[in-house]
Amino acid sequence: MGCTCNSNDKEKLFCSGVLVENRPGAILPPQEAWEKKKGGYVVIECPQRIPCNPCATSCPTGAVKPFVDINDVPAIDYEKCTGCGLCVAKCPGLACFVVDLTYSADEAVIKLPYELEPKPAKGQKVKCLNRVGEEVSEGEVYAVTEPLKDQTTVVSVVIPKKLVGEIRAIKVVC
Amino acid sequence: MELIQKHPILEFHHGKEVTFTFDGKDMKGFEGEPIAMALHANDVRIYRVTPEMKRPRGFFCAIGKCSSCFMVVDGVPNVRTCVTPLTAGMKVETQHGKGQVPLEAK
Amino acid sequence: MKKTIETDLLVVGGGAAGLCAAAEAAGAGAKVTVIESDLHPGGQLVKQTHKFFGSKDEYAGTRGYKIADILLDEIASLGDKVEIRTNTTVTGYYPEEGIFTAMKGEEEYYRIKAKKTVVATGAQERLIPFPNNDLPGVYGAGAVQTLMNVYGVVPGKKVVMVGAGNIGLIVSYQLRQAGVEIAAIVEAMPKIGGYWVHAAKIRRLGIPILLRHTIVEAVGDKVIEGAVIQELDDKFQLIGEPTKIDCDVICMAVGLTPTTELFWQAGAKMQYCPQLCGHVPFRDNTMRTSNPDIWVAGDASGIEEASAAMVEGRIAGFSAAKALGCKVKEGSFKEYWTRLDHLRAGEVGEKIRGGICQVLVDGWEA
Repeated sequence: MGCTCNSNDKEKLFCSGVLVENRPGAILPPQEAWEKKKGGYVVIECPQRIPCNPCATSCPTGAVKPFVDINDVPAIDYEKCTGCGLCVAKCPGLACFVVDLTYSADEAVIKLPYELEPKPAKGQKVKCLNRVGEEVSEGEVYAVTEPLKDQTTVVSVVIPKKLVGEIRAIKVVC
Repeated sequence: MELIQKHPILEFHHGKEVTFTFDGKDMKGFEGEPIAMALHANDVRIYRVTPEMKRPRGFFCAIGKCSSCFMVVDGVPNVRTCVTPLTAGMKVETQHGKGQVPLEAK
Repeated sequence: MKKTIETDLLVVGGGAAGLCAAAEAAGAGAKVTVIESDLHPGGQLVKQTHKFFGSKDEYAGTRGYKIADILLDEIASLGDKVEIRTNTTVTGYYPEEGIFTAMKGEEEYYRIKAKKTVVATGAQERLIPFPNNDLPGVYGAGAVQTLMNVYGVVPGKKVVMVGAGNIGLIVSYQLRQAGVEIAAIVEAMPKIGGYWVHAAKIRRLGIPILLRHTIVEAVGDKVIEGAVIQELDDKFQLIGEPTKIDCDVICMAVGLTPTTELFWQAGAKMQYCPQLCGHVPFRDNTMRTSNPDIWVAGDASGIEEASAAMVEGRIAGFSAAKALGCKVKEGSFKEYWTRLDHLRAGEVGEKIRGGICQVLVDGWEA
């Protein structure tokens, strides 16, 4: 995985599955274009070389660039990304997200994959979790879809814009 | 232990519900599913007691390879309950030690 | 009362590798009998609710249990070429007569005369030693999957998962989907053994992964009531103080080992190979063992992934069918090996490649 894993806290976190900084396969979109893009851009967090490529093969526009080698990490051509979220539903590792910064002045919308019960409903308030499962804010569910009709729901949640780099899961409380 | 009511991915289609006995007590399970699963759903986790040290055992591998789940079923010992299908009226008993094979055919 | 089954190709094990071998051989015209000890075919595929990795050829993005259905559909489309007998266990191989024996339930006994055989018996869970590791409640990860994903039974209320390889990580996620709480995942190594993305998706649900930790004792009178864990230093020596975690299931995901009794009985040339996780038979590139009538495929040949098991099954089925004199599509052999090499090409395949080269022979004499 490319980590040395001594007592360095950052490396320790990464070695247990927590992204601590951008790296190939886990980068944020270019900020300027991102702030203007209606519909948002894809954010993939897949920094490890493993034999897997459905994100690329499912992308209708080629925004997730076709893999040369099946072990490649995903690379994005942002000009082609429409924020459709098909990769969010397709990725076996639940590692794809779409983040739209244009919702309002200080709110963004994140589309994330969800495969638990209970399922959220449009308009419902949910808890938003960071990469270690800590509740960092509340969010409102903007939409719930099941694009591939395969039990992976894609939930669009309105979240504070300043937390787009942190929120990666939701908790639905009835 | 109980049955999963709502699962985000799977739908469970159980067969016919039947009655069987465990150590003389009536219990319900699904016909055709492994005996061990029916016992677990009824909160029974101890299936046998070992011969030497009298330790309680339940199942371990659940695919018929490890021998942890042996019980006496309809009088026959060393039955792998994790891969043996439940039938109505089955008599399932905790196996104590090595069990005794019935010497006469039924 | 003995009954004899005669067939062209016997496939022992109806899991990912076995079903692919059966489909491939039947597609070439062989008469195939699959013997499966569980109550339904599909092996470990049936329990996998997650979407598979790999490429389109290995059904990437499709949930495991659906892949089992796809393989069974393929077999069904071949008419009556393939017979699948479930609830039947192959109990031995008798080299003097070249026959396998099998039992159905406790009473029915069969002798099987097959011209060729693919042994695809898969693997079984390992256990690590700690006091009370035999108490009810210490379950293999596969067993927990069987309970929740096949039969819809709640495995327990609170689980400690031992092992953060792919199985430990995936089963932890599946437990969460079934509504079960994971108290912690303990992993002795300084980093997870499984794919990073599997860990990421459970970390963000708040499930702790305790690296450099191991289980030192299970606690309970008649059933599991708790697990005692402790930290390890970089020489795997215990440090710090032990901590007790309340739980009613300790799920063991500490590795699998190939199920190889039949190869031993057949006198096949075997070797202990750590990278392949146990004793495995030597094989040539057609997946044939040193016994000219027996092929191997899937986890029985070395612990790997379902995608590799399926391709190995195709190679073994192809080769056994060819040996039977069936008309095979010659190009398939190279295509299957290309796929297998691609799956093993990356960094995560390095260990497997290191293992395979120890047990792969160029060819067998005679």
